[in-house]
Amino acid sequence: MFGKLTLDAIPYHEPIIMVTVAIIAIVGAGVVGWITLNKKWGYLWREWITSIDHKKLGIMYFLVALVMLIRGFADAIMMRTQQAIAAGGAEGYLPPEHYDQIFTAHGVIMIFFVAMPMVIGLMNLVVPLQIGARDVAFPFMNNLSFWLFAAGVVLVNVSLFVGEFAKTGWLAYAPLSGAKYSPGVGVDYWIWALQISGIGTTLTGINFFVTIMKMRTKGMTLFRMPIFTWTCLVTNVLIIAAFPILTATIALLTLDRYFDFHFFTNDMGGNLMMYVNLIWAWGHPEVYILILPAFGVFSEVISTFAKKPLFGYNTMVWATLAIGVLSFIVWLHHFFTMGAGANVNAFFGIMTMIIAIPTGVKIFNWLFTMYRGRLEFTSPVLWTLGFIITFTIGGMTGVMLAVPAADFVLHNSLFVIAHFHNVIIGGVVFGMMAGYTFYFPKAIGFKLNEKWGKRSFWFWIVGFYTAFMPLYILSFDGAVRRMQSYANTEWQPLMIVAWFGAVLILCGIASTAIQLFVSIRDRKQNQDVTGDAWNGRTLEWAVASPPPYYNFAHLPEIHAIDNYWADKQKNQGKAQLADPETIKYNDIHMPHNTNAGPIMGVFSIVFGFALVWHIWWMVGLGAIGMFAAFMARIFSENTDYHIPAEEVKQMEIEHYNRVKMQA
Amino acid sequence: MATDTMTNQHVAAHGGHEEHHDTTGLKMYGFWIYLMSDLIIFGSLFATYAVIHNGTAGGPTSKDLFELDFVLVETFLLLFSSFTYGMAVLAMHKERVKQVMGWLIVTFLFGAGFVGMEIYEFHHLIEEGFGPDRSGFLSSFFALVGTHGLHVSFGLLWMAIMIIQLGLKGITDKTKPRVLCLSLFWHFLDIVWICVFTFVYLMGVL
Repeated sequence: MFGKLTLDAIPYHEPIIMVTVAIIAIVGAGVVGWITLNKKWGYLWREWITSIDHKKLGIMYFLVALVMLIRGFADAIMMRTQQAIAAGGAEGYLPPEHYDQIFTAHGVIMIFFVAMPMVIGLMNLVVPLQIGARDVAFPFMNNLSFWLFAAGVVLVNVSLFVGEFAKTGWLAYAPLSGAKYSPGVGVDYWIWALQISGIGTTLTGINFFVTIMKMRTKGMTLFRMPIFTWTCLVTNVLIIAAFPILTATIALLTLDRYFDFHFFTNDMGGNLMMYVNLIWAWGHPEVYILILPAFGVFSEVISTFAKKPLFGYNTMVWATLAIGVLSFIVWLHHFFTMGAGANVNAFFGIMTMIIAIPTGVKIFNWLFTMYRGRLEFTSPVLWTLGFIITFTIGGMTGVMLAVPAADFVLHNSLFVIAHFHNVIIGGVVFGMMAGYTFYFPKAIGFKLNEKWGKRSFWFWIVGFYTAFMPLYILSFDGAVRRMQSYANTEWQPLMIVAWFGAVLILCGIASTAIQLFVSIRDRKQNQDVTGDAWNGRTLEWAVASPPPYYNFAHLPEIHAIDNYWADKQKNQGKAQLADPETIKYNDIHMPHNTNAGPIMGVFSIVFGFALVWHIWWMVGLGAIGMFAAFMARIFSENTDYHIPAEEVKQMEIEHYNRVKMQA
Repeated sequence: MATDTMTNQHVAAHGGHEEHHDTTGLKMYGFWIYLMSDLIIFGSLFATYAVIHNGTAGGPTSKDLFELDFVLVETFLLLFSSFTYGMAVLAMHKERVKQVMGWLIVTFLFGAGFVGMEIYEFHHLIEEGFGPDRSGFLSSFFALVGTHGLHVSFGLLWMAIMIIQLGLKGITDKTKPRVLCLSLFWHFLDIVWICVFTFVYLMGVL
C-alpha cells in the first residue's frame, strides 16, 4: 500500500532532527493560524498563489529563497561547529551518516533553492519592466514554473522528517549514488526534487528568452537593452542549453536506480565517468547562470549611484556573451584528476584561464564607471565594492585551480571549498543582496532601512573572510573537504576561526531579518512615491512603485541606452509626468490568474513523493492530477480579459496625484 | 493566453488594433526554443550511447541484434506520418476543419503503427533476455530509442487531444497554434529518428 514507506522512516531517535521538525511545525502552525484568523486564505489564493503577474512571482521566488537561506545556513553552521570540535579523535556531535546528509543538503539547497530562485526572482521582477513589456511571453507557464520550483523545495524539506536525504555530495556522483551504494531513499529525494524544479527552470529559461527577444518595446534594440536584461538573456540561453543535460543525466541515474540499467555502474558495461562528464557539462554553465545576473545587478547599481553611464557598455555585452560561450567548454576542469591525458587537461585548463579575460574586462568597466563619478555609498554600492574585491580574489584562486598540475594537489581539498565560496558568496550572494536592496522599493513601494543594510554588509564581508581564508591555509596543510572528523589537532585553531566567521555571517543574516522588520515598521517614512527611488536610468523606474499590474498604460518608446535618464536631463533632472486627464487610454488585454499552476505543483509533489517511496498507485494519482489540471487549462476559454480604459485612467490619476502631492 | 502583453511589436506596427492580434508567432517561436532544448536531451543520450555502446559486458552487440528491414518499415511509417501531417496543415490553412481532422487521424494511425512496432521490438528483445539490465550498451540503446518512442507517444496523445479540440472548437486562435506547434514537434521527431536510424541501427550493423 505505501511502498517502502513505514513509520520507521521518521527519525524519532535523532534529537537534532526532531527539534528542527518541532520548530518548523510550530512556526508553520503559527503562520497558518495567523492566516486563518485574519481570513487571508482567499486573498492569498487570489492575489498571490494563482497570480500570473511577473512582479508577484518575483517576490514569491525571493521570499522562498530567503527562507531557504536560513535552512541552508543552518546546515552550514552545523558543519562548521562539527569541524571546530571533532579533532584528534573527538567525534563531535554529528555522526557521519548525518554529517554527510548535511553537506549534501547544504550544497543542494544553496544552489538550487537559494541562489537560483534569487536570480530568477529578480529576473521576473525586473526584466519585463526594463524592456517595457506588460508581462512575460507566457504568463501561465511562468506561474507553473514557480510552482514546480516550489514542489522541489517541499520535497527537499520533507526529506528532513520522512526518511533521509542523499549522503553523496550535492552532485550525487555515481556509482556512489547508484542503488548498490545508496540503497536508501536519500538519493531519490535528491533526484525528484531536482528533476521537478529543474523542469520549472527550463520553462523559465524559454519564457524569458522569448520575452526578451520578442517583447521589447518600440525602439529597444538589443544594444539599447539595460545590462541586467543582457545578462539575463545570456543566462536564459545557458539555462535552455544546460538544464536539459541535467534532466537527461538525472533521468539516466533514475533508470539505473529504479530499473537496474547500467549507465553508471562499475560493472556490466557502465561508465561512471560519463556521469561526471554529463553532470558538469550542466554544472559549469550553471555557475555562470548564477553569476551573470549578479554582474547585471552590479552594473545597474554602479552606474545609478555613480550617476554616470556604464563605462564600456558594448564591451560589457561582448564580455557577457564571451563568458556564456566559454562556460560550455571548461567543464572538465572539475575533474582533471580523471586521467583524460595531458593534452585534454591542457585544453580545458587554458579555456578556463581565458574566462578571466572577459571577467577582467567587466571588473575594469565597473572601476572606470566609478572613476570621477559622484559615488553614493549606499548599501547596494557597499555590496558592489565588496564584490569587486572579493570576487577578484576568488577569480585568482580559480585561475590557480585551472592549472592542471596545481589541481592534482588541490583537488578535493578545502582550497576548492574556499575558492567556490569566494566566488559564490562574493559574487552571487553579494549581487543578490545588492539587487534585493536596490529593487525592494520597486517591488514593495518603500525603501529598506540603510543602517541595518550596512550592518548586514559588514557582518557578511568580515564573516566571509574570517570563515574562508583559514580554509585556504588549511588546504595547504592537507585538509580535504567533507571531513566529519580529523586526526590532526593542529588544524583545530583555524577551524575554530572559521566557525567564528560563520557566526559573523549569522549576524549578517540576522541584520537582514531585522532590516526587513524595521523597514516594514517605518514604511511610512521610507515610502517611494515617485517610483524612482534612486534617481534611476532605465524604464523600470518610470512606473509607479509597486507598478500597476499592467506595468505601462502606454508602451513607452525609447531612443537610447538609459533613455529614462536622458529624458530627465532634458527636464532639469525631473521625470516628465503628463497629466492623465489629458491622455486617452485604451483597454488593456491581460491574462487571467490560473488555478492550473498551483494545482499541478501540488500534484507534482504527490508524484515525486510517491516515486521516492515506490508507492505506485500514488504515482498514478500525481500524474493524472497534473494531466487533468493541464487539460482543464487547455480546454478553458476564459484565460484573458480586458482592463477597461477607465480603470487604467483611474490608476494613472492616483499615481499622478500622489507624485504631485509629494512635490 | 492571447493577450496584448505578447504582441508589443505587432501592436506598435499596426497602430493599436488590439483586438485582432495574432499570438501564433510568439508561441511558435517559443516552441522552437523548446525544441532546441529537447534536442539537447537527445544530444546527451546520443553522447551516452556513443560512449558506452561498446560496454556489452559479454552480451550481444549491435551486430547481433538489429534487423534493418524491420527498422526500415518503422522509419517509413514515421516519414509517411510527417507527410500526412503536412497535408493536415495545408488543409488548416484553407480552413477545412474536417479535412484537418481526417489527416490528423491518418497521421495518428501511422504514428501508432510506429510505436506499436517499437514496443514489439522492445518486448522481443526483453523476452530473449536482452533487456536494458543486460549491459551498458543495451541500457543506452533502450534509453535513447525509448526516449524517442516516448516523445512519439506523447505526440500521439497530443494529437488525439487536438482532434477532439478541433471537433469541439474548430480552427480558432487557440487551436491553430497548437496544431502548428504539434507539427513542428512531429517533424522534429522525424529528424531525430533519422539520426537514430543512422547512428544506432545503420552504423550498428555495418
